[in-house]
Amino acid sequence: MASIVFAILFYLATLLLVVGLLYRISTYARTPVPLKIPTTPAPKTTGGVVLRMTREVVFFESLFKANLWIWGLGWLFHASLLLVILRHLRYFTEPVWEWVAFIQPFGMYAGITMLLGLCGLWARRMFVERIRYISTPSDHLMLLLLIGIAASGLMMKFAAHTDVIAVKTYFLGLMHFEVGMLPADLLLMVHLSLVVSLLVVFPNSKLLHAPGVFFSPTRNQKDDSREKRHLSAWAAKLESEK
Amino acid sequence: MADITAPAYRVFPIIPALKPGAMEGKGPFVAGEKLNEALGFPGQLVEDWHDRAIGKMGDLLSKYRSLKVFMDACVHCGACSDKCHYFIGTQDPKNMPVARQDLLRSVYRRYFTLPGKLFPKLVGARDLTREVLDEWYNYFNQCSECRRCSVFCPYGIDTAEITMAAREILDTVGYGQKYSNEIIGKVHKIGNNLGLPGPALLDTLEGLEEDVKDATGIDVRFPMDVKGAEVLLITPSADFFAEPHIDSLIGYAKVFHATGTSWTLSSMSSEAGNFGMFIGNYDQLRTIAMRIRQAALELGVKRIVVGECGHAWRVAYSFWNTLTGVGEGADANDRFAQMLQKQLDHRYKQPAHICEFTWDMIQDNRLTFDKSANDKHIITFHDSCNVARGSSMGDLPGGQFEIPRNIIRAVANNFIEMAPNTTREQTFCCGGGGGLLTDDLLELRVKGALPRMEVLQQAVDEHGVNFMATICAICKAQFTKIMPIYGFDRKMVGGVHQLVSNAIQLGPK
Repeated sequence: MASIVFAILFYLATLLLVVGLLYRISTYARTPVPLKIPTTPAPKTTGGVVLRMTREVVFFESLFKANLWIWGLGWLFHASLLLVILRHLRYFTEPVWEWVAFIQPFGMYAGITMLLGLCGLWARRMFVERIRYISTPSDHLMLLLLIGIAASGLMMKFAAHTDVIAVKTYFLGLMHFEVGMLPADLLLMVHLSLVVSLLVVFPNSKLLHAPGVFFSPTRNQKDDSREKRHLSAWAAKLESEK
Repeated sequence: MADITAPAYRVFPIIPALKPGAMEGKGPFVAGEKLNEALGFPGQLVEDWHDRAIGKMGDLLSKYRSLKVFMDACVHCGACSDKCHYFIGTQDPKNMPVARQDLLRSVYRRYFTLPGKLFPKLVGARDLTREVLDEWYNYFNQCSECRRCSVFCPYGIDTAEITMAAREILDTVGYGQKYSNEIIGKVHKIGNNLGLPGPALLDTLEGLEEDVKDATGIDVRFPMDVKGAEVLLITPSADFFAEPHIDSLIGYAKVFHATGTSWTLSSMSSEAGNFGMFIGNYDQLRTIAMRIRQAALELGVKRIVVGECGHAWRVAYSFWNTLTGVGEGADANDRFAQMLQKQLDHRYKQPAHICEFTWDMIQDNRLTFDKSANDKHIITFHDSCNVARGSSMGDLPGGQFEIPRNIIRAVANNFIEMAPNTTREQTFCCGGGGGLLTDDLLELRVKGALPRMEVLQQAVDEHGVNFMATICAICKAQFTKIMPIYGFDRKMVGGVHQLVSNAIQLGPK
């Protein structure tokens, strides 16, 4: 029963995630940028912009300037999450890719540092007056959701093992549209339910910061306003109407 | 006004505790019917303001990617929360950039996102009520659009973009701000923000020629409407009569004189400032900027140079090419822009800042200075927000910081930097930018100046600084007004070209 329910949930959630994200991204891409608004000093060349975006996405450069606590905790969480996700590729590939096998031990510890980062961020949200003021219930829930995913995952690793081989067989099956048997394990059910929730929430929430950052005009525009005339379609129309 | 006192300096620049509601109901005067209608806005708050406001929000979301992405991307991390000078000075939590954005974002979520439609409480979504509208008016008129928060946001969210959108929505429903709309009315009607008619301007310029002649014995000209001049100078109208602005205007004229540059002002286009940006209205922004194009075409000038004005330089540097074609690099079949770009001399940057012009001349050894003329000054430099974070100068990123400093070092002996996290890209707004330079916002202006005044005091105590140079008309006006309230002499503030004017040698070399 659970196997079928989760199969449906995962197919639906994946569909919602992909369609939702594609829709969002296409909206961002289609919305015009009428004016040059890079936050200066800004790079003058495309190469420079690529570098700026890379520093922003990989090292959270602006956040580093802003606040070392948020930067440290945020970066710890995101870097750990990346490792954890990559580590999970082993459950979707057969044979397991070599580099995925290589990062397994790091991914394991990353689960712990991810949890630490999340708890630190949540503590800030609760105990720093300014951040408590700006927090909505969904901000707290989002952290709780991620904490739940990390904690249930870690418990399966370190406290009550689940039959990972069976889990892997199940997911490999799903990838070929065959519904197998999922181990009836409470922790696993919790872990998977939370992941499904995350997939659904993603394209409808502030998690859109992930694709959003790439479309941020203050970061991705070149500082070449004097050298090249920048004109959006709706602004150009104003000229022809005259 | 007499009861407005300066807030105490923080002993150590700690993040202030929150004082909810501290600045509630302290927004500026609302624009009256005539002012609004002159700009094509409804005279007063319309009956169906709710639907029109939501409609306008949808319209802006489809026209500005910045707004769309910024509405979605914020994660409430708090990086910006202690970065706004108005928050630091007022302690009102709604003056934290993220909280200010959320005033609009909460409504965006309610009307434009699924979770906000289904679970408004959960995601902090709100119906647009009259209270919310009033809150918008109040707090979006307590943002100077200085972009300091955008430096620190991991997604580059710029509150200025959101403030502009909010003000545009407010104007659309007839809930505009008096000061900005009045000024825009003047620029259309008379040609400049201060409402100086052409004949008065000519008079002023003739008076200036006499003053400079008396002081130096040299005929420095202040030409107006000269066809075929090489340079068209577009400068904030405050430069024509306000103190200390006028001393910088004299400085520009001396630089043009000493380098033998033929130049002119335009009586039709006697204003660099563009409050269309402040109210976030593209049509106003464009219409006001078009006057410069028109003047350049009519006078047949080869170069366009912009005087010391912060937001004007942002508009000129970043937007003029888009709005009016003042710049280069238009498509060959872009007739609108080519018409002007063919006329301009592209050996030079178009438009150029007066600091770029002067620095080029200094590097070419075409100017000589007696630096000792500025020895009475121990000088520091206040980076103006729009220059620092919305524009550049020269060929390299950061030229907007280096070039004015280079000029100061070239014309004076004593130059001191203020605390590093308050200069360059992290500079604090003077507290009067973004259409807030009005006496009905004096309390906000005084409080918003706190972080700048703190570090200035530090520079005074440690280095004996007695002159703060800046290249913005609003900074100059704001500081001369509020610095006495902090116990400083108002004469401490002045322009970079005021220092140039003091030291420049006009006689034969």
